Amino acid sequence: MAKFSRKGKGGVPELSTSSLADIVFMILLFFMLTTSMRQGEKKVTLKMPGASEIAKLERKDLAAYIYVGTPIPSEQGKYGTDARIQLNDSFRSVDDIRDFIAAERETLSEADRQFMTVSIKADENVRMGIVTDIKQELRRTSALKIMYAARKAGAGEL
Amino acid sequence: MARPVQGLPSSSLADISFMVLIFFLLVSTMDQDMGLQRRLPPMPDPNQKVDDVQIKRRNIMVVRINDADRLLAGGSPMEVSMLKDKAKEFLLNPTNDENLPEKVEQTIEGFGSFPVSKGVISLQNTRGTSYNAYIKVQNELVKAVNEIRDDFAMQNFGKKYFALTEDQQRVCRDAIPQNISEADPKDTGRKK
Repeated sequence: MAKFSRKGKGGVPELSTSSLADIVFMILLFFMLTTSMRQGEKKVTLKMPGASEIAKLERKDLAAYIYVGTPIPSEQGKYGTDARIQLNDSFRSVDDIRDFIAAERETLSEADRQFMTVSIKADENVRMGIVTDIKQELRRTSALKIMYAARKAGAGEL
Repeated sequence: MARPVQGLPSSSLADISFMVLIFFLLVSTMDQDMGLQRRLPPMPDPNQKVDDVQIKRRNIMVVRINDADRLLAGGSPMEVSMLKDKAKEFLLNPTNDENLPEKVEQTIEGFGSFPVSKGVISLQNTRGTSYNAYIKVQNELVKAVNEIRDDFAMQNFGKKYFALTEDQQRVCRDAIPQNISEADPKDTGRKK
């Protein structure tokens, strides 16, 4: 039986870890650039409907979000399982949308106000009744630029 | 007497940056805001005299979704997959049919005269329609318009719509308007 003799004695020389920091920093930078901060806490279950012709929201800072869906299990004891509207961090009714939009408008500069987009993030199982109510309320407050949030789906998945 | 400075130990740098990395992974999201952008019609002024803008019957296609998410487009029930072709035929009116929308010669800045279709697609739904079905129908209608714009861009500029310059895109938008009207809610269907 042939034996392979090892060249050096006593293990591998220690790896240099000085480049590790550089690599991690690079990953860190990548994540900082590609992601955005999570805003608010979702209190509704949200599975957005799929669509293929969707466009990206250009100015994220000009967006106001309205979530619509069934409350998450931990909130169901208090709010039931019917679809609810979430504004900021709490469940609200349709009548509160007016104040919400007004408050969102206040945070924007004068020039940007006309470009404010209201993004309606609704669960795909929600009935249109509640969405129609929201739309009517938005028309009344003349927040006319809206977006139906959807997830990217190919033609086959629809 | 100053001692020569030894190299600082940098092994903990990696640990620190790992911690920052994990922090960012937790607090940030990858998901982008995508969706179908729409413009709602302004609320009619209650004091204003109602002068109904009469739209000719041939210029309007009613797309209706009922409680059971069934679709009625232009008077006949159909599947969602067929809606796109129906909408395209309606908007293009290639044979200048009497029953399909009329076209009006309009001068488009930077392009010239083009017969612009006066067709309006009116989307109606009940309170019981599911959001999923509604978005699917919206999506098909937008797809129809996008395909017509692509064809128009291909013919006149030799490029797809998204590859055009800002000005050319405006020409496309003027020539093929996206006239999808989301009608005022009607009290049909059960209240929820």
